Amino acid sequence: MHYSQEVIILTIIGMMAVTYIPRLLPIALLSKKQFPAVITQWLAYVPAAILSALLAPSLFINDGEFSVSFENMYLWAAIPVFIVAIKTKSFFGTILTGMIVIAAWRYLVAM
Amino acid sequence: MQSEVIENTPQTSCFAKNRTRSEIMDGFKQAIPIIVGFIPVGFTFGVLATKNGLPGHLTVLMSFLVLAGSSQFIAISLFAASMSPITIIVTTFIVNLRHFLMSAAIAPHLSKMPMLRKLMFSFQLIDETFAIHMANIDRDNFGEAQAITLNCIAHFCWTAGTAIGVCGSHLIADIKPLGFDYALPAMFVVLLIWQIKSNMHAMVAAISACTAVGLYLAGAQQLCVILAAIFGATAGVVLCTIRKK
Repeated sequence: MHYSQEVIILTIIGMMAVTYIPRLLPIALLSKKQFPAVITQWLAYVPAAILSALLAPSLFINDGEFSVSFENMYLWAAIPVFIVAIKTKSFFGTILTGMIVIAAWRYLVAM
Repeated sequence: MQSEVIENTPQTSCFAKNRTRSEIMDGFKQAIPIIVGFIPVGFTFGVLATKNGLPGHLTVLMSFLVLAGSSQFIAISLFAASMSPITIIVTTFIVNLRHFLMSAAIAPHLSKMPMLRKLMFSFQLIDETFAIHMANIDRDNFGEAQAITLNCIAHFCWTAGTAIGVCGSHLIADIKPLGFDYALPAMFVVLLIWQIKSNMHAMVAAISACTAVGLYLAGAQQLCVILAAIFGATAGVVLCTIRKK
């Protein structure tokens, strides 16, 4: 790595600034504002939209490629995880299920 | 009347103190999957950064100041590819722009928070804590002490995980024991299920999921989350309007 210490520090500070500003602005400026109804409705969909946009690529994409084969255990393990989440709505139960399924899968594959 | 006030004061403050305590406990409990998920990932980040030649103390500094997992991994790969600092900063900006939406979605619920605390709260606003905060807001279970506890634990675990990775980078490279790597995806599953409050929410989630995967495969790995979320939420509003007509 050919960067000097100063350049790395400045890059990190730059990264901090461009990460912090989008996190800060809406909270700092908008939290006392009343939005029009359509914006409120839009914002109400944002959590579901973001969570699913974060989750879907991590399940369907394996090593940079779309995969629904059994090699992609993240996807198949998600089925019992979704079932437990829908049936029980349990936070820890769901997470534990996911970890157990993945660990068991690896154990079986390794056998 | 006066005695009532006097009698009431200690009781109220005691009540408030107890509430703060139970909120902090609640924050700790909800942080468990984050602890389980962040320390190994932070560890991996520390190992990877060190193996790519980033000085250890600066790696930990990055985790402390930037606090955004995926963008930090990308930054390391860009450092390793000798990219210019401007490229690294612009890429970080694009990858982390999704937090703008999260901040906007949570903003209306923070109207009572003092400005100084907002400054810190937004510094620590990340995917995982956002998801938990929104779930708490929906269940009327959101409290400042609880939220700050959760945020600080997440911040600490990410930084500490990185530090452990930096120190132990010579030890191992494979860190997928016992399925810890699946704690966070599984957490997102249950938090997503909690967010599905109507058929339209399910529709929004399905549209966002397909869009995100499609955009990812089309090469927009860095922008796929924010674009898919904007598209999904907009589609929800549009479909809702059409259905009403």
